[in-house]
Amino acid sequence: MDQAEGRGADRPSASRLSPAARFFKATEIDTRFLGMIAALLIIWIGFDLLSGGRFLTARNLWNLSVQSASVAILATGMVLVIVTRNIDLSVGSLHGFLAMVMGVAQARYLPEILGFGHPAIWLLTLMAGVLLGALVGGLQGFLIAYLSIPAFIVTLGGLLVWRGAAWWVTSGQTVSPLDSRFILMGGGPRGAIGDTASWVLALLACAAILLLQAGSRRRRRRFGFPTRPVWAEALMAALGCGAILGAAAVANAYYWPAGTVRQWAAANNVTIPEGGLQISHGIAIPVLIALAAGVIMTFVARRTRFGRYVYAIGGNPEAAELAGVNTRWVTMKIFIIMGVLCAIAGAVASARLQSATNSQGTLDELLTIAAAVIGGTSLAGGAGTIAGALLGALLMQSLSSGMILLGLDAPLQNVVVGLVLVAAVWLDTLYKRRAG
Amino acid sequence: MNAHVKDQTPLVEMEEISISFGGVHAVERASVDLYPGEVVALLGHNGAGKSTLIKILSGAYRRDSGVIRIRGEEAAIHNPRDAKAYGIETIYQTLALADNVDAAANLYLGRELLTPWGTLDDGAMEAKAREVMGRLNPRFQRFKDPVKALSGGQRQSVAIARAILFNARILIMDEPTAALGPQETAQVGELIKQLKSEGIGVFLISHDIHDVFHLADRVTVMKNGQVVGTGRVENLTKDEVLGMIILGKCPPGATPGPGAA
Ligand SMILES: Nc1ncnc2c1ncn2[C@@H]1O[C@H](COP(=O)(O)OP(=O)(O)OP(=O)(O)O)[C@@H](O)[C@H]1O
Ligand SMILES: [Mg+2]
Repeated sequence: MDQAEGRGADRPSASRLSPAARFFKATEIDTRFLGMIAALLIIWIGFDLLSGGRFLTARNLWNLSVQSASVAILATGMVLVIVTRNIDLSVGSLHGFLAMVMGVAQARYLPEILGFGHPAIWLLTLMAGVLLGALVGGLQGFLIAYLSIPAFIVTLGGLLVWRGAAWWVTSGQTVSPLDSRFILMGGGPRGAIGDTASWVLALLACAAILLLQAGSRRRRRRFGFPTRPVWAEALMAALGCGAILGAAAVANAYYWPAGTVRQWAAANNVTIPEGGLQISHGIAIPVLIALAAGVIMTFVARRTRFGRYVYAIGGNPEAAELAGVNTRWVTMKIFIIMGVLCAIAGAVASARLQSATNSQGTLDELLTIAAAVIGGTSLAGGAGTIAGALLGALLMQSLSSGMILLGLDAPLQNVVVGLVLVAAVWLDTLYKRRAG
Repeated sequence: MNAHVKDQTPLVEMEEISISFGGVHAVERASVDLYPGEVVALLGHNGAGKSTLIKILSGAYRRDSGVIRIRGEEAAIHNPRDAKAYGIETIYQTLALADNVDAAANLYLGRELLTPWGTLDDGAMEAKAREVMGRLNPRFQRFKDPVKALSGGQRQSVAIARAILFNARILIMDEPTAALGPQETAQVGELIKQLKSEGIGVFLISHDIHDVFHLADRVTVMKNGQVVGTGRVENLTKDEVLGMIILGKCPPGATPGPGAA
C-alpha cells in the first residue's frame, strides 16, 4: 500500500476545500467562537448607535467587565457541570448564602477576635467561604454521584435550602459595611490595579501567548506531526496580543472621578495641578479574578487527567466507567469546584455592592447556565469551552447593560434576554447540523 | 496448538457464575476456563448470555454468585479497574468509546501519559496511537477527529488498539470484527495468532463459525444463559457446533454443561 494513497483515503484532500475552509483549517480558528465574537461586536455597535455613542465608552466597557465578573466566574464551573450531563440550579442561592456567611465573618466575628481593620480579615474570610463552598458542593456532589439522585433534583433542593439558609444567617438583615480590603475584590477606583500594572500584566499575557504557541509548535515538531503554517501562527498571535493590549488600553482610558482624585490627593498630600489630575483605573480586580478563573479552569479542562475524564464522561459515561475512570469521584469533584467558585463569585458580588444581602444572586443560576449554553456548551453533554462561557457571560451582561442604558423597563429586558437565549441555541443547532 | 496441558494452571477459571437482571437469569451457573496462549471461543444465539458472562470477568457487572480464579488464585473483581489490574483487557461489543474525544484520548482513557509536570502528554499519546493504529489499520490517519466522526470499522480498530496497548495477559474480544472489512478482519486474525504466541489467553465471541474454527483452540457454547458444552475444535465438526447452538445438543466430542439438552 502506497503511503500517499493511504493518506488520501482518510482525508479530504486540501485542494477540494474552499479558500475560506482552507483558511480556517490553517489557523485552526474555531468558527463557532468567531461567530460569538461577531455577535458581541454587533450587539456593542448596535447599542452604541442606539444610545448615541454612550455604549462604547471606556467607562461603560469598564463597568460592563466588572458587572460580568461574578456570573463569568460561576460559568467557568458550570461548563464542567453541563459537559458531564449534569446541571447546577443552586449556584445563585449558594453564592448568596456564602456571601452572607462571609459578610458576618468579616463584619462581626473576625473583628472581635483580631481587632477591627486587621489586614488578614479579608483573606481569612475568603478562605472560610471557599472551605464552606467546597463542603456544600461536595455534599451536593456526593448525593448526585454516589446516591445517584439526579443533579436537577439535588440542586433544585439546594436552590431552596441555600436561599433559606442565606436569610437565616442574620434573620434577613443586610450585612455592611464590609472589610475595607475585602471590597477591593468588587472593583471601584481602588479595586483596580492602575495603568502601569495593567500594561505590565498585558505584556506578560502577550509573552505567555507567544511562549505557549512556540511550545506547542516545538512539541508537534518533535513528534513529527504537521504544524500550522507560519503566517497562521503569526496572525493568531497578533490577534490575541492585539485583543489583550486593546482591553488594557480601554481600562486605562477610564479615569478616576474627580471626587475620588481629590480625596486621594488630600490623603497623600498631593497638589492637584491646573486642569486636574488624570488617574487611570486600569483593569479591575474582579475582572482579573474572573480571568484567572478562566485560565485555571481552561488549564484544568484541557491539560489535566481530571479534565480529560470530565469530557469523556460527557461523551459516554458508560465507556468512561468501563475504561476504568472513577466516574463518581470525578462527578463529586466537579461539584466541589463549583462550590469553591460560588464562594469566589459571592465574594466578588458582595464586595461590589459593599454589603451582603440574603437576596444576592437570585436568578444567577439561570444567567450562569445561559452564559455557558450561549458560549457553546451542549446540554447533551460532552462539549463546551471555558472561553466560550466567559464570552457568553459578557454577552448576557452587555444585553442587560445596553438595555438599561437605553432606559428599557426591567420586564422588557427579561423578555429580550429570554428570546436571545432561545435564538442563540437555535442558531447553534443549525450550525452543528451543518458542521456535522 | 499445544496449549492446554492438563496439569498447567489455567489463566482464568470462572466457576458456577450466575447473574440475573430483575427476573431474567442472564447467566446461570456457567463455567469456563482459559489457558495461557489459548483462544477459547464463546458461541451462542443472540441473548444467550455471552456478553454478560465476559462483562463479569471484565468488571462491568458484579456476579450474584460464583467464583473467578486468575492463575489459580481467587480474584476480587468489583469494577473495571480491578480487572485491568489483573491484566484483563476487553473489546466490548458496543466498543465503549468516548465519542467526543479523539483516537489517542480513547486509547489512553483512564491511563493517560503524563509529562513530568503532571499534565497530559498529548504528543506522546498521539505518537504511540499512530504506531499502534499503524499495525492494525495502516490507512488510518484521522487522529485529530473525535471518534464519532470515524467509520464503524475505524472505531472498531480504535477499540482493538486500546485493548492491546497495555500488555494484556487476558484479552476478551466481543465480536471484534463485526464491522471490519476483509483485509482488516484478516489483520485481526493475524493479531490474535501473534498474541497467542506471546502466551496471552483470548476469549473470543463471534457468530462466524468459520472464523472460530480457524482461530480457536476450544469452543464453549451457551444457550439461554447456560453452558451447553465445551470441546476442542479438532474433536468437533461445524455441524455439531451448530447443533449445540441451535438445539442445545452436546455431541460426544465435547464435555456437557448444565445447559445440555
Ligand atoms: N443490563 C441488562 N439489564 C437487563 N437485562 C440484560 C442486561 N444485559 C443483558 N441482559 C439480558 O441478558 C440476556 C443475555 O444478554 P447478552 O448480552 O449476554 O447476550 P449475548 O449472548 O451477548 O447476545 P448477542 O449475540 O446478541 O450479543 C438477554 O436476555 C438480555 O436481555
Ligand atoms: Mg453480546
